[in-house]
Amino acid sequence: MKPAPFEYQAPDSLEAALDVLARHGGDAKVLAGGQSLIPVLNFRLAQPALLVDLNKLAELSFIRRGEDGGLRIGAMTRHRSLERDPLVREAAPLLAETVPWIAHPQIRNRGTAGGSLAHADPAAELPAIAVALRARFLLRKAGGERWVTAADFFQGLFTTALEPEELLVEIALPPMPERTGWSFQEIARRHGDYATVGIAAQVTLEEDGRCREARLVYLSVGQTPVEARAAAALLAGTDLGPEAVRAAAETASREEMNPTGDVHATPEFKRHLARVLTGRALRSAAERARQGRS
Amino acid sequence: MSSGTYDVSVTVNGERHQRAVEPRLLLSDFLRHDLGLTGTHVGCEHGVCGACTVLLDGEPVRSCILLAVQADGHAVTTVEGLAPGPESLHPLQEAFWECHGLQCGFCTPGFLMTLVPFLEENPDPSELEIRQALSGNLCRCTGYQHIVDSVLLAAAKGREAKQS
Repeated sequence: MKPAPFEYQAPDSLEAALDVLARHGGDAKVLAGGQSLIPVLNFRLAQPALLVDLNKLAELSFIRRGEDGGLRIGAMTRHRSLERDPLVREAAPLLAETVPWIAHPQIRNRGTAGGSLAHADPAAELPAIAVALRARFLLRKAGGERWVTAADFFQGLFTTALEPEELLVEIALPPMPERTGWSFQEIARRHGDYATVGIAAQVTLEEDGRCREARLVYLSVGQTPVEARAAAALLAGTDLGPEAVRAAAETASREEMNPTGDVHATPEFKRHLARVLTGRALRSAAERARQGRS
Repeated sequence: MSSGTYDVSVTVNGERHQRAVEPRLLLSDFLRHDLGLTGTHVGCEHGVCGACTVLLDGEPVRSCILLAVQADGHAVTTVEGLAPGPESLHPLQEAFWECHGLQCGFCTPGFLMTLVPFLEENPDPSELEIRQALSGNLCRCTGYQHIVDSVLLAAAKGREAKQS
């Protein structure tokens, strides 16, 4: 047997799951898709006393339009469902563009939106997308619930705002504003591997075509998804032309990230990739926003 | 709640199996050790190499990062379930044979179980699509070219068969 022994419970309702976590939160690990957790168990890097399997909670698997016109996604929705759902393409095209970059098909068939977010790997795609799209997460526990913004949720390497007895149950994405363009760009050594560097970009234009708001969120360049706010501020009011894009890419890659090197990329190389990908993402996002304007 | 065993009922290649298993038993080990279906190979055992890929309710998944208890009530297809009979091969297996899509063969079951559903969904894939589809499977012998050739051949034959 690879993993160390653990107790196992697979509650068949959310209430029952929250009840288990209320009683055992600190000793329990929540099993969603398991695509990160079970490798960790196999290596015995984690030896939880209890595994709470959410896979029987059909009520947490959904994709639907929110009352505000945005998107509501159940935490147990698998990446593959996000990839195939026409509503995701329509309501959250940045998310739709990104999902095929999440690992490999075998992983996407099991991995879940909530699991990826709660795992909070800074090299993963979904946390960066959630920050870029101003997502909010519904965290529930027995007898209570709260909404947390994506920006507040990710607190550090594999560390989130979740308390041991809390469960991330739903993701809310606000509606996409008019005249908005998006782009996701990533460099990985092999398609499906973790990104060496990646960026999620979204720009919204004024009626006259100038940039009202830009968002630049990077993965694999820090302990959490890294948003380049100063670079985005440089873009506001510009025509998103080559000069503005170059200035933003310089600021983001020089001043707003602190990548650590690994065997494949030095910090300097990661900054270089971030600069290049920022240019590509902004050009593509601006082009889409201009097309949507007419 | 006890750390004992859990009763699971899994349909594997059309046949229902009931066993009492420890919750920490991986699906890959359940298939190999409990059911004797050793066609599912285990390489890395942490979800990187793809050798252990099987179909869970028709979708490819990595059986080394799935617990056997999670397959309770579900249908699993392993490489043993691909061929229509003992004297014949699945068309993709035929194509692997014809194009030398395997050398040592260790990774082959995982490739087959990944690519069979891929071809059902994409009967006319480009070479790039094939390479992306098999990006989650590692082969240390052939360098992938012959595997890609095999998939292209199987796809072409599949389209021919449909037309005739």
